[in-house]
Amino acid sequence: MRSLPDGFILPDFGATAARPTSTAAPEAAGEAAGPAYSGPRKLSLICSKGNLDMAYPGLILGNAAAGEGIETHIFFTFWGLDIVNKKTNAKLKFTMLGNTAMHMADLGAIRPGLEHKSMPQVMGQLPGMTSIATKMMKKQMADLEIPDVPEFLDLLQAAGVHMYACKLSFDMMKMIEADLHPAVEGVISAADFIEISEGAQTIFI
Amino acid sequence: MPTNTIDNRTFTVNAEGFFTNRDEWSEELAAILAELIGIDEMTEEHWAPLRFMREDSAKTGVTPTLRRMQAVGGFDVKHLFALYPGKPAKKMAYLAGLPKPVGCV
Repeated sequence: MRSLPDGFILPDFGATAARPTSTAAPEAAGEAAGPAYSGPRKLSLICSKGNLDMAYPGLILGNAAAGEGIETHIFFTFWGLDIVNKKTNAKLKFTMLGNTAMHMADLGAIRPGLEHKSMPQVMGQLPGMTSIATKMMKKQMADLEIPDVPEFLDLLQAAGVHMYACKLSFDMMKMIEADLHPAVEGVISAADFIEISEGAQTIFI
Repeated sequence: MPTNTIDNRTFTVNAEGFFTNRDEWSEELAAILAELIGIDEMTEEHWAPLRFMREDSAKTGVTPTLRRMQAVGGFDVKHLFALYPGKPAKKMAYLAGLPKPVGCV
């Protein structure tokens, strides 16, 4: 690999990229991966919710981290197991109930300011409301070219993200291995995941 | 705007080092830059996604994300990770003479 010419600015591509030849610049000046670090950056995500709107944050963060060359592990536990259960993951739902941030951008067209008004909770209890809300959210996601959940798991797998199902939840939900999305590497215990997460930044969702 | 110069070729970059003018890019320059980011030989398989990125961004005005490369360009994400290990989207955007992708997915 060749070294960088003087004054050449190269984006940060990690260890595989060229380094300046001069040793004059001390590493201390804000180098993120300084000598204090013992290993490469890792990210652990724990997905514990099975609502459609709570499935996406983990998947999107995992995809972003993998694209940044970060070793990424996702642990699906409790309701989060629905994200990797083939019987449920294409049918995750979104409900307005209990969500006080439920307002719709489109309502601003009817009367300015209405787009920021929170919808009455009682509306969420009307029959069919959850399926309407789910359909709308899925459409909004599709408009932004975000894949649906099963396809997202395929994308994560292709990007090298490691995914696991929680043993306790797996047993509790009486799941069988055949129902797991093929991207899931295994059914592991909480302790296993803690071990895997050594040195990782961990995010609970 | 800072400029980068290598092998007598000069191009303007942003503070991070990404191209700011796609017209200052050439395949010869990309091949030189590839060596800087750890890609020793640019094969036809390396060039294909870069060409798609340039064509696509000329139409949309933004650098395609990996997801778009898969959905619209028909590229295999796993293969892109193998061709450009580590940060494939950024590496490819760089070698295609484009800004880094800003899309979340």
